[in-house]
Amino acid sequence: MRYLGLALALLITPLSAAGFEVEDHARFGPSDAAQVVRVISTGDIPVFSPAIAKFLELNPDVAVDYTVASSTQLMLALNKEGAEFDVAISSAMDLQTKLANDGRTRRHQSAATETLPAWAKWRDNLFAFTQEPAAIVLSRSAFDGLDMPQTRQDLIAILRQHPERFRGRIGTYDLRASGLGYLFATQDARTSETFWRLTEVMGGLDARLYCCSSQMIDDVASGDLAVAYNVLGSYAKAREDLTRFEVVLPADFTTVMLRTALIPSASEQPELAGQFIDHLLEVAWSETPLESYPFTPINQNRGEADASLRRIRMGPGLLVYLDQFKKRSFLNEWESAILQP
Amino acid sequence: MTAAINKRGSILRQLIALLLAGAAVLAVILFFVVQGFARQLAEESQDNILNASVTAILDTAAVQQGELTLDLPYSAFSMLGNLSDDRVFYAVYSDRTFLTGYSDLPQIGTPSPERPLFETVTYQGEDIRIINAARRLVSEGRLVTLTASVAQTRNGQIATLNRISQNAAALGLGFFLLTALMAYLAARSAIGPLQRLAASVSRRGPQDLRPVAAPVPAEMVPLVGALNNFMDRLTISLARSEDFIAEAAHRIRTPLATVRTHAENTLHRVERDENRASLREMIRAIDDSSRAAGQLLDHAMVTFRTDHLEEEEIDLSALAQDMVHRLGPLAELRDISMICNTPAPVVIHGDPILLQNALRNLLDNAIKYSPAEGDIEVSVTASETQAILTVRDSGAGFPVGDITELTKRFARGSNVDGIVGSGLGLTIVDEVTRAHNGALSITNNPKGTGGCVTLALPSPS
Amino acid sequence: MRFLLVEDNEQLARAILDRLSIEGHVVDHAPCLEDATAFIDTTDYDLILLDIMLPDGDGRTFLEQHRRTADATPVIVLTARSEVSDRVGVLDLGADDYITKPFDFSELQARCRAVLRRRGGAARNQVALGDVLFDSLAGTLSIGGQTIHLRNRELRLFEVFAGAPEQIFSKSKLVDRLFSYDDDVSENAIEVYVGRLRRHLSGTRAQIVTVRGLGYRMSIS
Repeated sequence: MRYLGLALALLITPLSAAGFEVEDHARFGPSDAAQVVRVISTGDIPVFSPAIAKFLELNPDVAVDYTVASSTQLMLALNKEGAEFDVAISSAMDLQTKLANDGRTRRHQSAATETLPAWAKWRDNLFAFTQEPAAIVLSRSAFDGLDMPQTRQDLIAILRQHPERFRGRIGTYDLRASGLGYLFATQDARTSETFWRLTEVMGGLDARLYCCSSQMIDDVASGDLAVAYNVLGSYAKAREDLTRFEVVLPADFTTVMLRTALIPSASEQPELAGQFIDHLLEVAWSETPLESYPFTPINQNRGEADASLRRIRMGPGLLVYLDQFKKRSFLNEWESAILQP
Repeated sequence: MTAAINKRGSILRQLIALLLAGAAVLAVILFFVVQGFARQLAEESQDNILNASVTAILDTAAVQQGELTLDLPYSAFSMLGNLSDDRVFYAVYSDRTFLTGYSDLPQIGTPSPERPLFETVTYQGEDIRIINAARRLVSEGRLVTLTASVAQTRNGQIATLNRISQNAAALGLGFFLLTALMAYLAARSAIGPLQRLAASVSRRGPQDLRPVAAPVPAEMVPLVGALNNFMDRLTISLARSEDFIAEAAHRIRTPLATVRTHAENTLHRVERDENRASLREMIRAIDDSSRAAGQLLDHAMVTFRTDHLEEEEIDLSALAQDMVHRLGPLAELRDISMICNTPAPVVIHGDPILLQNALRNLLDNAIKYSPAEGDIEVSVTASETQAILTVRDSGAGFPVGDITELTKRFARGSNVDGIVGSGLGLTIVDEVTRAHNGALSITNNPKGTGGCVTLALPSPS
Repeated sequence: MRFLLVEDNEQLARAILDRLSIEGHVVDHAPCLEDATAFIDTTDYDLILLDIMLPDGDGRTFLEQHRRTADATPVIVLTARSEVSDRVGVLDLGADDYITKPFDFSELQARCRAVLRRRGGAARNQVALGDVLFDSLAGTLSIGGQTIHLRNRELRLFEVFAGAPEQIFSKSKLVDRLFSYDDDVSENAIEVYVGRLRRHLSGTRAQIVTVRGLGYRMSIS
């Protein structure tokens, strides 16, 4: 399905000349608009269209050009190829941070950015507008007669006790392909050794590797998968067929990703880009939940009430796992754990 | 009388200016010291973290199966993020071969494993603080030098410095203001005794020449000493002047009195007209010279007193009555009647002794120049601004034409031959009048005979 | 009258004593304050003539002490000092009057008379000349119950005659007594005053008689 989407995008996208892979593309607003905000995002179009519609309502003479790409491709587009986008939205915090650290972004300050807490922005270059936990999605049918595991340790124990029930029915990110998967994995590894034990257990049960959360959720919903590990919880909870599976936020620790927006330095209309980001932030940080905001209200976790929630911190620490040495050795280790002969 | 004081500068202002200048210099020094100290502290803390970071990176280097591995610890960079939201760059080289990080990050010098190098350079258009450290490893029997650089932009440091600078500036300003206030108070209190001394000296009456007895600060002892000394000398000198005048009068007048009395006695005894005539001449000459001496001495005293006028409230009417009464016997000898026309008290500010003397001279003249059985009228009236004393006689009047000349010393009317007088009388009156800011006018009675002298003195407002 | 002269200058004192004696007064002379105090303690005086500068002290101190005694003798101060400085002090300290050296005897007499008159004339100097009663202090003649006030020069002239009835006074001497030495008057000026006295005395037993070629005298019939 991913490849289908890609092919579709290639067919209809005028940007196909660019050397990076475009997954999807859409244009919102009047065709004769005076200004066009070009957005590159890792987020699916349906997820963002309400927010964009609201933005266009407020700015009738503006159009939004929305390109979907994977976080790696997004990085490639902005870092190496210098493609002109006005706003980049990504769930890969590490890559976004690297873009900001390497001077590929513009500074932006406004009334909206002033209201953000310190953890939700970095250097006034990077702005968080979601808090999305990495969840474990469990198929209710697959766990029939078993307790739903609430921690990684529970999951490891159950997988070990019932290897035959779960063999080939465990899904997780392919770290080599998914920037978000890599981010989740490295953060997990940093937090606890449990990650490596779980990976080995999953590897032993012929885990299937995915590029995207949505596909994993699809497969859990269809019953192909019994367990999907490190799935974006928000995606899972947004599903209509929620009764078929359970979304578990691991009680030992739940890694929380912040989806961030930035203005690439190549943007030729930074003010417009700033307006778009401000709009996104206003929607996100609104005190009352808005329909145009598809995510779990960001303010709910503002009080840090749940000690198990571990928000990924923006900052230079995220650069570490992007180091090629580090990445290579991490992936080597991961591969040897997950790809067991 | 008081000469204009040659004023230059003000001790108070100089003192305040000096103290303020000192305070300003101290405040500026304080600002720079605090700022410099803060900068050093900030640089040191950044350097320390960079050092910890680079050390952590190098510590993870290892040779495994002949291959160099490097496992960047998460903390190596996150610790840099703890300090500020600054951008972080790094680069790792193995014997000048680029391994990982930012390949365009400038390499500074060649560090030894013992001593890392620090430098502030420009990278990507921003100032960065960079550390370059080295570590030696043995790989397949070969010595490999691993160098690692970690760099961080200095925005956070600069922001901190700016904040500290602002605080330091506020501190400096506060210090300055406080010191300024204290300087002002200190200068005021330093100058206080001087002002109190000046006030106490200027409060004194003109005759009060006692030494300053109130306690004064040590610094003012020479000044007060000099002042006391000066006043001592002045007192002595004044006393000498007064004594001299008194002594001179005594020395001159006593023998004159002896001679005159003898001459008069002799006149009673001799019968021959020639002898009597010459004795009369002698007495006249004695009177002439004694009167001249008296007026000279009076004039000296008047001059002396007008230099330091001792003013008090006096009733000019009472003074005139007193003087008329006092000179009554003298007028009576010539059957001259003196009328004192003073309907109401007229108060002025003046030196009573000088005014008595002036009036005495006027009445003396009037008695002298009036014919026997003539009339003299003394009147004192007051207008809103002036007190007016008039002396009218029924004598020959003043000679027309030389009225203004009359007040000059030793001038005498041209029509007074045969009457003893030194001519100083009106001069004294004139000087006394001037000393009291008054006006003297001399006229002749336009209707009948006789002169009229008017003293117009300012009334106290 | 009885005077006390306190004066340290011997020559001046002698001259004044001489003069006062001529006028028929009794005078004691004290050359210093000590002597003066001794005299006052033993004798009643009509008037004290006090010099200010004395060898054993300031006349003003004496004056001050003297004033404290009740019913004190009047004092006229003889001063050689300048008019300006001494006057106030002396009068304030209780002198009745003062006179500056050198002085005209007429003035001294006038002041003495004024002082005594003011003090109530304790020793009235009334002289009966026939049917005329002369009060030199008040300056009056009483004739048959009628009182005549004499003007000053008339008084002084009458005093001369009354002091020595029947004695002949030359015009020249009378001029000296009546006029000051700086008045240039002829001897005939005396006739005016003699004329006035004669008018006052007309009809009385005291008459002023012209002695041709010599002057005038008073005769009492």
